Amino acid sequence: MLLTIIFILGVSFILYTVLGGADFGAGIVETFAGKRGEKTISKALAPVWEANHVWLILAIVILFTGFPLVYAAISTALHIPLMVVLIGIILRGSFFTFRHYDIGEEGSHTYYTAVFKVSSFITPFFLGITLGAMILGRISLEITGTFYEQYIWPWLNGFCVVMGVFSTVLFGYIASVFLIGETVHSPERYRYIRLSKRFLVGTFVMGIVVFVVAEFEDHPLFYEFFSSWPSLAAFAGVVLLIPLVFYLVNHPQAVYLRLAIGAQVGLIMVGWFAIQYPILVYERQGNHLTFYNTQAPEATLYQLLIALFVGLLLVIPCFFFLYKVFKPAEANENATTQ
Amino acid sequence: MEDLLAARLQMALSLGFHIIFACIGMTMPVLMAYSEWRWLRTGRQEYLDLAKAWSRGVALFFAVGAVSGTVLSFELGLLFPGFMRHAGAIIGMPFSWEGTAFFVEAIALGVFLYGWDRLNKWVHWASGVVVGISGVLSGIFGVSANAWMNSPVGFTWQNGRAENIDPVAAMFNDAWLSQALHMTLAAFVATAFAVAGVHALLLLKNPQNRFHRQAVRIALSFGAVTALLQPLSGDFSAKDVAERQPAKLAALEGLYQTSQPADLIVGGIPNDKEERVDYAIHIPGALSYLAHGDFDAEVTGLDQFAKENRPPVLITHVAFQIMVAIGMLLALAGLLFLLFSWRWQHLLSHKRWLLFIGLLTPLGFLAVEAGWTVTEVGRQPWIIYNVMRTKDAVSPMPGLQYSLYTIVAVYLLLTFLLVWLMQRQVATVQKFYPSARNPND
Repeated sequence: MLLTIIFILGVSFILYTVLGGADFGAGIVETFAGKRGEKTISKALAPVWEANHVWLILAIVILFTGFPLVYAAISTALHIPLMVVLIGIILRGSFFTFRHYDIGEEGSHTYYTAVFKVSSFITPFFLGITLGAMILGRISLEITGTFYEQYIWPWLNGFCVVMGVFSTVLFGYIASVFLIGETVHSPERYRYIRLSKRFLVGTFVMGIVVFVVAEFEDHPLFYEFFSSWPSLAAFAGVVLLIPLVFYLVNHPQAVYLRLAIGAQVGLIMVGWFAIQYPILVYERQGNHLTFYNTQAPEATLYQLLIALFVGLLLVIPCFFFLYKVFKPAEANENATTQ
Repeated sequence: MEDLLAARLQMALSLGFHIIFACIGMTMPVLMAYSEWRWLRTGRQEYLDLAKAWSRGVALFFAVGAVSGTVLSFELGLLFPGFMRHAGAIIGMPFSWEGTAFFVEAIALGVFLYGWDRLNKWVHWASGVVVGISGVLSGIFGVSANAWMNSPVGFTWQNGRAENIDPVAAMFNDAWLSQALHMTLAAFVATAFAVAGVHALLLLKNPQNRFHRQAVRIALSFGAVTALLQPLSGDFSAKDVAERQPAKLAALEGLYQTSQPADLIVGGIPNDKEERVDYAIHIPGALSYLAHGDFDAEVTGLDQFAKENRPPVLITHVAFQIMVAIGMLLALAGLLFLLFSWRWQHLLSHKRWLLFIGLLTPLGFLAVEAGWTVTEVGRQPWIIYNVMRTKDAVSPMPGLQYSLYTIVAVYLLLTFLLVWLMQRQVATVQKFYPSARNPND
């Protein structure tokens, strides 16, 4: 039962990274995509962005119901970066919708776009910082030190910042690949293809930087990575998928390309879970918070599982229907020309 | 500012902000689906135009509601980690159901908003119905978690932690039915009267306009029925609170001394020093009847509770008076609407009537805020009634006021922008919707 819940938590986290990543990343990509890009992005995201973000709520609910101690510990120690994430989520969602629904293209439009873009950078950056802090092990469960030691040092350091940049670049990669499937107009399409190649290189470089900086911050990520077979296998999968992604870039059915990049991001997450498991938060004195020492009582997990099963039975068909109604660009194009 | 106060204010502000969008998210899909259904049956353009115009506004409100709801799911931990550490396992269940319902709502809304031209008409209409049902359900689940804080069951508290957890019992606690009923009706009353009010004011400017006339009629029909049912649900809630949380009842009624029979204290300003309510009207025996259904029953006063276990009387009592007064006024307006529709239809387009409805626009939401103040402040000093004090649950991080200032700034900005955006939407209604144009334009 616990394993099933962990599995669903992992899956919703991966889905949030892929779908929410495409969402946030679109704001990042828009910075490089010009006026035409703005239209494409607005049109592609409007029907789906809210549904994409519910995966985050799902992960949070699983965390505070199933592993309340982890939720309480993270939200205490990482109050500041999480507050920034929240402000980013509020501003991004609202300003995206304001831009989409407000009438007229004059003055106000520029401000919506500016806030939308800036918050699209800030949110993944601080999400990455938060994740980095959970891995790095400077969070203390006991209040011993100064304000700085307790609430800032755990997340404001080289490793966490690099993790932040890594997430931002990764989201940019996901979004530029996602947007390839949203355009038929060739110059724009080529721009996304070019961007996705650059973001891929960026993601790769930042991945290496994460490992290097981890060594400087005394976190043996290299060692943990190379001593875990599942992580190495996941990494091999990520690399092997690269040529497939770039073959599929020219395929008329965007869905295969999206599945391929989804698999790639999923494998990155799986590789990371494999290193971490079963630890959720590394603690300064070594009292790490794991799935096992923080799990809620049996009765709660059982009810949570029921809610999750019923929920997914309802949600998954709805999701397919949503994506079917709002097919990627090519499919629509074919449908109208036939 | 003291950290506990800052955390409470931030939570109050975030909830008070979100609740408006939650109410709109529960009610508007029902109004839209109703209007679309009328269009499918009659083929009249104004019904279709209304459904479309409303859905544009709803998209804006729903987005802000979705993000402000996400904020709440984090803030519970950011501000009150001591609460979530223990309560997460007990009340996670309504939250997971709320999340599920919200998930379905978000997907169905996406289909509804963007599927006008892509779907069969009835499938499109069905997606609107799904939005309405899941919206109401997600509201009810959210309220169930709050009801548990008022009526904590489904666990035993031993050695400073919860044992023998039964999430099902916790979800269906003694307060959830009365609270869920009261909140759902309140959402409909507040939203329906606000919508009717806005369209009534626009109708004053263009008295011949079919679009606004139908809008007022649809919104008031829902508002009238729910506003007339609300006092019954309020009575059910009052009797329930009298049994379960006598300190809250005493505070909201301003009853300092245990009395038999007890007067109903209407209005006035509670005076904690003298332990009485100044400038109030007393109705002999009425509180005994309202609380226990018997004019001679004893009603517990605040004197039965130690000072450190009493809720703040001033805020609770005043907020309660505001809520009840508005509730009565809206019920009266609902009654008049039904009477006019039955016998005196010409009065429905009378200028004074439209002005009256227009003036009611913000009142329903004011009552909702006042009601939340009553239930939340009336539970103090407890975060889990009689189990955990709010001060023991607050985050240990110093400087929580800076979180508060940030949230205040962001929410002020959003409020300002939303008001401005809605004005712009309303101003362009005539351009986009044929039925909103006047015949002589």
